Amino acid sequence: MSIFINKNVCNGCGKLKETLCERICPGDLLFRNAAHKAEIRSQADCWTCGACVKACPVQAIDLKLPSQILKSNVSLRAQCKKQHTVWEIRNGNGIKEEFVIPATTGNEAK
Amino acid sequence: MKEISTVKLDTDILIIGGGAAGCMAAIEAKKLDQSIKCVVMEKAHIERSGCLAMGLNAINAYLTTGQTPETYVKYVKDEFFGIIREDLVYSIAKGLNESVRQVEELGLPVEKDQNGDYMSRGKSSIRIYGERLKPILAAAVNRANVKVLNRVVATNFIFDGERVRGAYGFGNRDGKFYVVHAKVVIVTTGGATRLYKPIKTGDARNTTWYCPWNVGTGYAMGIRIGAEMTSFENRFIPLRVKGVNAPTGTIAQGSDIRQRNALGEEYLEERYKHLGGRKCLSLYRLLATLQEEKAGRGPCYLDTTCLSVEEEKKLKEVYLNMNPAIVLLWANEGYNPRKRPVEIGGMEPVVIGGHCQAGYWIDGERRTTISGLFAAGDVAGGAPKKYVSGAWVEGKIAAKAAVEEIGKIELLHINGEEVNKEKERIVCCMNGREGISPEELERNLQEIMDEYAGGATAHYELTESKLIIARKKVKELEGKLGLLSAGDKHGLVSCLELIDRFDVAKVLIEHLIYRKETRWPGFQIRTDFPERDDANWLGFVNSVYDPVEDRVIIIKRALKKENEYLYK
Repeated sequence: MSIFINKNVCNGCGKLKETLCERICPGDLLFRNAAHKAEIRSQADCWTCGACVKACPVQAIDLKLPSQILKSNVSLRAQCKKQHTVWEIRNGNGIKEEFVIPATTGNEAK
Repeated sequence: MKEISTVKLDTDILIIGGGAAGCMAAIEAKKLDQSIKCVVMEKAHIERSGCLAMGLNAINAYLTTGQTPETYVKYVKDEFFGIIREDLVYSIAKGLNESVRQVEELGLPVEKDQNGDYMSRGKSSIRIYGERLKPILAAAVNRANVKVLNRVVATNFIFDGERVRGAYGFGNRDGKFYVVHAKVVIVTTGGATRLYKPIKTGDARNTTWYCPWNVGTGYAMGIRIGAEMTSFENRFIPLRVKGVNAPTGTIAQGSDIRQRNALGEEYLEERYKHLGGRKCLSLYRLLATLQEEKAGRGPCYLDTTCLSVEEEKKLKEVYLNMNPAIVLLWANEGYNPRKRPVEIGGMEPVVIGGHCQAGYWIDGERRTTISGLFAAGDVAGGAPKKYVSGAWVEGKIAAKAAVEEIGKIELLHINGEEVNKEKERIVCCMNGREGISPEELERNLQEIMDEYAGGATAHYELTESKLIIARKKVKELEGKLGLLSAGDKHGLVSCLELIDRFDVAKVLIEHLIYRKETRWPGFQIRTDFPERDDANWLGFVNSVYDPVEDRVIIIKRALKKENEYLYK
């Protein structure tokens, strides 16, 4: 699998016309299913670009490697803050690494 | 689904593809004349579409201190063994630094040293924090009051036989058919990937280096109306980190990291000294790695074990800005690059004008050979190594010429019969009788290309006898395109993308057959003509497709002498 959508966390982006991950996926792979949750139509078509991971407002999506064992706790998440992107990587031993990286100078909001 | 509604729009300038070149062209057009109507047609969402969706950690076309447009042209010319359009590369070089400053002004954070100067990563490369480069460009497009048609896939140009009058599109969300008439069209789509069998299969088949949804639609649309194309045979085969197809330049460029084989030998120095050793041209890094593998000395590595703790942390940081999956790979396998060197290899070939030079044959103002149509960025040919900043420059050059042209052009609507023909073509994919899925045909196309047109399985090697088989088999397979069947809007787009890839593949095969020499070792190896042959082949292989005869006509174009170019 390439992304894992945690159904317990995903809120289907409430009343938005489309979920934010659906809105952004460059491959048009995500959609809102009958249970009002985001779903990927084909794991094999995913590029693992992480656009959905960054777009999710409730951090319900983890980036996964296609080769990754499904139940492993290894994960990568990203949160887009105003001018930074915060990354959280967990390895198999539960060790967490965090990166806070500048993402914009803020000029585009002007 | 058979009945789809039509949306009609009129505009002055239509830009197809909202990537680096397209966004910059739109911004520039509105800057030159605020009153101009400008539409961007984008198959995904411009905030995260195309090859920049993941982000970018460096700008690889920039004139650092001491470099000039002239030194830049020489560097690109040497890398491509004499065959480039010097006029195009020169015009790009002149605009690189200004375009980077412009995007920094739009919000892109650029890494700086303590003096406030850009941090260089080699002679023509600087480091950026580009994770949000695409959202930054998209915000600027929105501020410029450009109309963006997100989730509209371009399907064909509106063409009256004389001039391009706009483009047709299919809305993959609303299911509508778009007819956008324009005075001038600028095509700024990406290159073409997924022509060859991917290195990774199964669930990982799309974890390619280049965006898997860049399928060469812009090329195919031009091919179908007889636009002249150049240098498709100058394929690009990136040297990538195995497992995730992450770029190797992030590790190797501007650092002291060595390439080693399985025996621990620094093979570039030991066996490829005559080609420059560690300082060799980038395509020899690929060639040498392939040869080491073939000789049984693989796998090959970038020896990252020499990194310090700080350097390792920095490496992860820069990869997160461009290819986060590699950081996940290291976490998943439980080792870091300091503990284990990074394995490298070739990827499946890509047709692309931004790294190599496949694309539309254009003039200095980025006019294609079809009136009313300009091209910029990855889809434009003759100017390799333009990368993102070169695409920005080309977008600006095209926009300037387009703005000048719209004053002289009257907007004309094509007749309804033509419109219906295209609508029928699209709807047709929903009605395949025997129902062949695009996935099934794609696999067949990729197998043929891989085996007979120099894919990874064939060590990227080409021979005339195999290429003739590729031509024949692709032609046979093409007959099945009429049976393509889609169940929904997403599937319909997959059908259209596959048709586009067939058109690109057909042209690619003819170019590969025609160039009877080995010009770019690694990218284009003709085992039946293993030498470079300047006497006969120091020039361009171009082509025009004839839809009536279904034939690709090759045009050999001489390299112009330097003094024939206008260095304005």
